[in-house]
Amino acid sequence: MEILQTHGFLLMAMAIVFGLYMTWGIGANDVANAMGTSVGSGAITVKQAIVIAAIFEFSGAFIAGGNVTRTIRKGIIDPSSIVNNPEILVFGMLAALLAAAIWLMVASSKGWPVSTTHTIVGAVIGFAFVGIGSDAVEWGKVIQIAASWVVSPVLGGAIAFILMLSIRRLILDTENPFQSAKNWGPAYVFLVGFTISLVTLFKGLKHLHVELTVGMSFIVALFFGLIMAGVGWLLINRVKIDTEADRDYHFASVEKVFTPMMIFTACAMAFAHGSNDVANGIAPMAAVVSIVRSGGEVAQSSALPLWILVLGGTGIVVGLSTMGYRVMKTIGSGITELTPSRGYCATLAAAATVVLASRTGLPVSTTHIAVGAVIGVGLARGVGAIDLRVIGGIFVSWMVTLPAGAILAAIFFFTLKGMFT
Amino acid sequence: MPSTNPLAGLFGKSPFTALQAHMRVVLECAHEVTGLFDALVAGDNEEVIAAKDRIFEKEAEADKIKNQMRGALPKSLFMPVDRRDLLELLQMQDSIADTAQDVAGMLVERRMVIPEFMREPMLALVSRCVEACDQSASIIEELDELLATGFRGREATQVEDMVEKLNLIEDDTDELGIALARALFEHEDELNPVSVMMWYQLIEWVGDLADYAEKVGDRLRLLIAR
Repeated sequence: MEILQTHGFLLMAMAIVFGLYMTWGIGANDVANAMGTSVGSGAITVKQAIVIAAIFEFSGAFIAGGNVTRTIRKGIIDPSSIVNNPEILVFGMLAALLAAAIWLMVASSKGWPVSTTHTIVGAVIGFAFVGIGSDAVEWGKVIQIAASWVVSPVLGGAIAFILMLSIRRLILDTENPFQSAKNWGPAYVFLVGFTISLVTLFKGLKHLHVELTVGMSFIVALFFGLIMAGVGWLLINRVKIDTEADRDYHFASVEKVFTPMMIFTACAMAFAHGSNDVANGIAPMAAVVSIVRSGGEVAQSSALPLWILVLGGTGIVVGLSTMGYRVMKTIGSGITELTPSRGYCATLAAAATVVLASRTGLPVSTTHIAVGAVIGVGLARGVGAIDLRVIGGIFVSWMVTLPAGAILAAIFFFTLKGMFT
Repeated sequence: MPSTNPLAGLFGKSPFTALQAHMRVVLECAHEVTGLFDALVAGDNEEVIAAKDRIFEKEAEADKIKNQMRGALPKSLFMPVDRRDLLELLQMQDSIADTAQDVAGMLVERRMVIPEFMREPMLALVSRCVEACDQSASIIEELDELLATGFRGREATQVEDMVEKLNLIEDDTDELGIALARALFEHEDELNPVSVMMWYQLIEWVGDLADYAEKVGDRLRLLIAR
């Protein structure tokens, strides 16, 4: 307790610095993964992706980032185990932040695929298990989270598959595909706005003190969907049929119609990513801040201070504006096989799944869901060739990242404990 | 800071683009055969050799694309069609170029001269066979549209019609080939026996151009049927 009083400010400062470093890393690396499908299909340029990401990542973090933050901050550790030694939670969260930040640096410099979500969750479990005891971990929640890591890519794939089939039935396999695309395009844009807002607003946003009933949520979502559909309709109307290109590839003009539609899915993806991944940086920070500020109360009911969400969102935006440009450029070249119509299916499916996970407070890996969505499109026979070895790579990364995060966090936890006691 | 994005490694090179590129080169090779026989009929030896050189060049180019494509199809690649079907399709396409090479090689190495009575029928056969190759190339160009529609529906029906038409063209070439062989049989005693055998072989080979073109169409039907 005295530790908190004497070193409280230092500990808070450390938490904020490391937390900001984490969010900066998320912005620099992860955002490229989220926006990759949109840039790769040629629908938006890298510069446009950065601008879209900046606006919508921040919005996603601020508006919808609360639930996942709550899970990482309070859902994994049983509060009764530390009620007498709240400083342990402070050390632990700091250790988790440090471990994740270091692992991010190491993996990125070596070019390994890194999931910030898995690292932070592994780190938090790691220090709790090692530092306090196996009873301290809410294993029920952990199993829920682990299950979501397996279920979410599959769900993303299923949604993408269905979307692909619908586009084929309604647009591609018709008398006049271009006209069908122009007719149905706004409906698909409506889908983007409606789904994302419905999932986000369902029954209101606690941390923003917004109260909505089920009925009101539907109406507001409908409203957003219609506005987006309207804008989409205006953009789609401007698309002219390109007879030259159509001679080479009959559906060239249809793809041209899908190009402005991908802008909406890119926004949705950025929003979704912000909502789920901001927690990786700010949840531990929020835990430390709330304990120090309250003078040692491991209050499970304390609300998430808004300025922390703002800080997290800002960190992401700074990260993606500084490093994101370079990273996104390297991605575009590898994803040229994804045409706008396919990219639309994959991105919307991924965005919807991530936003759903954020809503239920489950921290998921945006990248893995995106991979699942692309495979879903492939299963609908929409992609020329998909290398399934990537799935093997994903399994390997689970095996490596979780223990790495846990072990590093345990090491730092004991170091910090030793330093301050 | 290199960042390996799983999404970047997720997409293999589309085999369909490679198939279409290969077919374009094969078609160019087949078109050279028309020029080859025109020069032969006109008695222009230099032009015959020049056409043969071009055919050999195109065939080598086709082989290069074929080998590249074969190298880029690991078993781990998930595609909308069976890997074996794709490779067989590639092989059929490549056989067209190989056959053209055989024809050109034989004509030049044996310094063959085309007998008067064979000129018109042979030119007709070559022309119809190259038309078969044209039709099969158009069918291959539809591959990316087929991919977009998932190998079914309207596009698939359209392609099936094109394959029907290809079959009819190949039937024509069969008849033309038989008529030509019959004419050769009538005049067998007038010619050097070895030349006669070689001309039978050439008639068969030229007909093979259309046969392989038809096989390409048939293989594509299999892709749609799945």
